[in-house]
Amino acid sequence: MVSSLPARALFLSAVILVVTLGIWELSTPAVKAAGEMTEYEMLMGGADQEARVPPPSQVLERAWEELSNPFYDNGPNDKGIGIQVGYSLFRVLTGYFLAAMIAIPIGFLIGMSPLMYRALDPFIQVLRPISPLAWMPLALFIIKDSEASSIFVIFICSIWPMLINTAFGVAGVRKDWVNVARTHELGSLRTALTVILPAAAPTIVTGMRISIGIAWLVIVAAEMLVGGTGVGYYVWNEWNNLDLTSVIFSILVIGVVGMLLDAAFAQVQRAVRYQE
Amino acid sequence: MNNPFLQIDALTKRYPSPGGEDLTVFEEVSFDINKGEFVCIIGHSGCGKSTIMNVLAGLDTATSGAVTMDGKEVVGPSLDRGVVFQNYSLLPWRSALKNVTFGVRARHPDWSKEQILEHSYKYLEMVGLSGGAEHRKPSQLSGGMRQRVSIARAFAIQPKLLLLDEPFGALDALTRGTIQDELIRIWSGSEQTVFMITHDVDEAILLADRILLMTNGPYARVAESVVIDIPRPRNRAEIIHDPGYYKIRNHLVEFLALRSKALAEERPDDDGPMKPRRPATVRPAHSAEGEGPEDGLGEGPGEDRPAPLVEPERMSLVQ
Ligand SMILES: Nc1ncnc2c1ncn2[C@@H]1O[C@H](COP(=O)(O)OP(=O)(O)OP(=O)(O)O)[C@@H](O)[C@H]1O
Ligand SMILES: [Mg+2]
Repeated sequence: MVSSLPARALFLSAVILVVTLGIWELSTPAVKAAGEMTEYEMLMGGADQEARVPPPSQVLERAWEELSNPFYDNGPNDKGIGIQVGYSLFRVLTGYFLAAMIAIPIGFLIGMSPLMYRALDPFIQVLRPISPLAWMPLALFIIKDSEASSIFVIFICSIWPMLINTAFGVAGVRKDWVNVARTHELGSLRTALTVILPAAAPTIVTGMRISIGIAWLVIVAAEMLVGGTGVGYYVWNEWNNLDLTSVIFSILVIGVVGMLLDAAFAQVQRAVRYQE
Repeated sequence: MNNPFLQIDALTKRYPSPGGEDLTVFEEVSFDINKGEFVCIIGHSGCGKSTIMNVLAGLDTATSGAVTMDGKEVVGPSLDRGVVFQNYSLLPWRSALKNVTFGVRARHPDWSKEQILEHSYKYLEMVGLSGGAEHRKPSQLSGGMRQRVSIARAFAIQPKLLLLDEPFGALDALTRGTIQDELIRIWSGSEQTVFMITHDVDEAILLADRILLMTNGPYARVAESVVIDIPRPRNRAEIIHDPGYYKIRNHLVEFLALRSKALAEERPDDDGPMKPRRPATVRPAHSAEGEGPEDGLGEGPGEDRPAPLVEPERMSLVQ
């Protein structure tokens, strides 16, 4: 068979998918009789259909149900997956853009000024390794609002990669290009916008891409903690309902949304890339 | 006599080195350039030509000494001094055309988009870049094409002083000739002053009113100012028949091959650093010794001059 590499890769991906799903489907045990159950299984609800890992066919069925009506709203504990994803995206994007609005200008400042770099470096080094969820109690106490607190957690976790990459990209702009701006008597704002920003853009966007990835990882955990709405809460809620089919379905949804966010930034990255 | 257009006084550049001795690239370099003059500077690689040019451009500062243009001290870069950098320094995310409009917009902020485009196209055509190539990014252009974009960008802002760092280094002989002619045409039709670094002796003779000769570094100096009094317009094919041509050429080649090194070794410590010295003016074309290509060697230290020095084919410094 002669075909292109992408076509062969696609074929192989399909084979891997089918085989994995097939094994999963076949290895899912049938409902056990009560006598064979372990103590744990008893605790977990006994022979209840929902208490075992469901086969992919069931997950697909559930996906079909959920996706055919994603925006229904039957009160606080029963909302469509579309609404939940919407809540999560809203939090992620709000926190993320607030972070970008602060991280990119400050990153510029740090990158342009060796003094600021040295002055702010110790703070960044200490704050950066803190798990974003560790801020949650403090945020809840100070802000006194769970919605704003989860946005704050997103803000704090997405600020670092953008800040560091911006500073790094700006500091690394070739001196020759800055000299071009200088010989043309450009002011500092014009230099920043027409020379330094496009020169550093690939590094900055890489930072933004890393940040959005982290923000999407963190929102699930944050919503599990805070509760109420969002895809993280949805997962936790379904776990409490012992609806593993829905848990698996929502895990897949989280993956797909994360992939789409990443793909969007890959597109931006392609747009600002240049070759020296 | 009124002051020259560009005055360089006792310029010294030292790079401090943390452990050992400071590196003195050049010391007490002084020379003048008159308005409308075309001056080339020649010297071996690493003697500090680009550094001098960066100081003239206002991009670099000398350790001591001063540069004065039009009666004002040069303290920073200015649109009155256009630079063609040795490594082109094009902005890689902009197309060739956009690199030129970048300069034109900076020079004429009040111009309309159409005016800027028209002016930029004029200069791009002048360096032979048109028919689609102007829309490509620098990474998609050849070295010579990039250099031409860089030349177009500097010329398009019509500065009072053009600073050219080996602007034709990456060009083939044909393009080089065309752009040399263009340069001369632009220069002679304007009030512009040109200061150009080159490694090519023939190019310098063809273009320059005067050639400054630098001794080898460290502690490089501008040792001589060689007047090229071959009448203009000069023509590549005819210039070699000028009676002074080979005298000048041999003088330059001999300086580069022998005296630049010899002079560097005998640093004149006796005349103190207090009085900035202008380089000696030399007119090889009018030297008393005979005429014709074979007898061009002037006041060289060695009587037995090496044979290749007087061979008439083009000779470049960089082997
Ligand atoms: N930042 C620096 N630190 C120390 N030495 C430097 C630095 N920059 C340049 N130099 C030295 O200054 C000298 C002059 O450099 P410059 O680029 O002016 O030479 P050049 O005459 O233009 O050479 P070329 O003909 O090869 O372009 C070189 O010997 C170089 O090693
Ligand atoms: Mg140089």
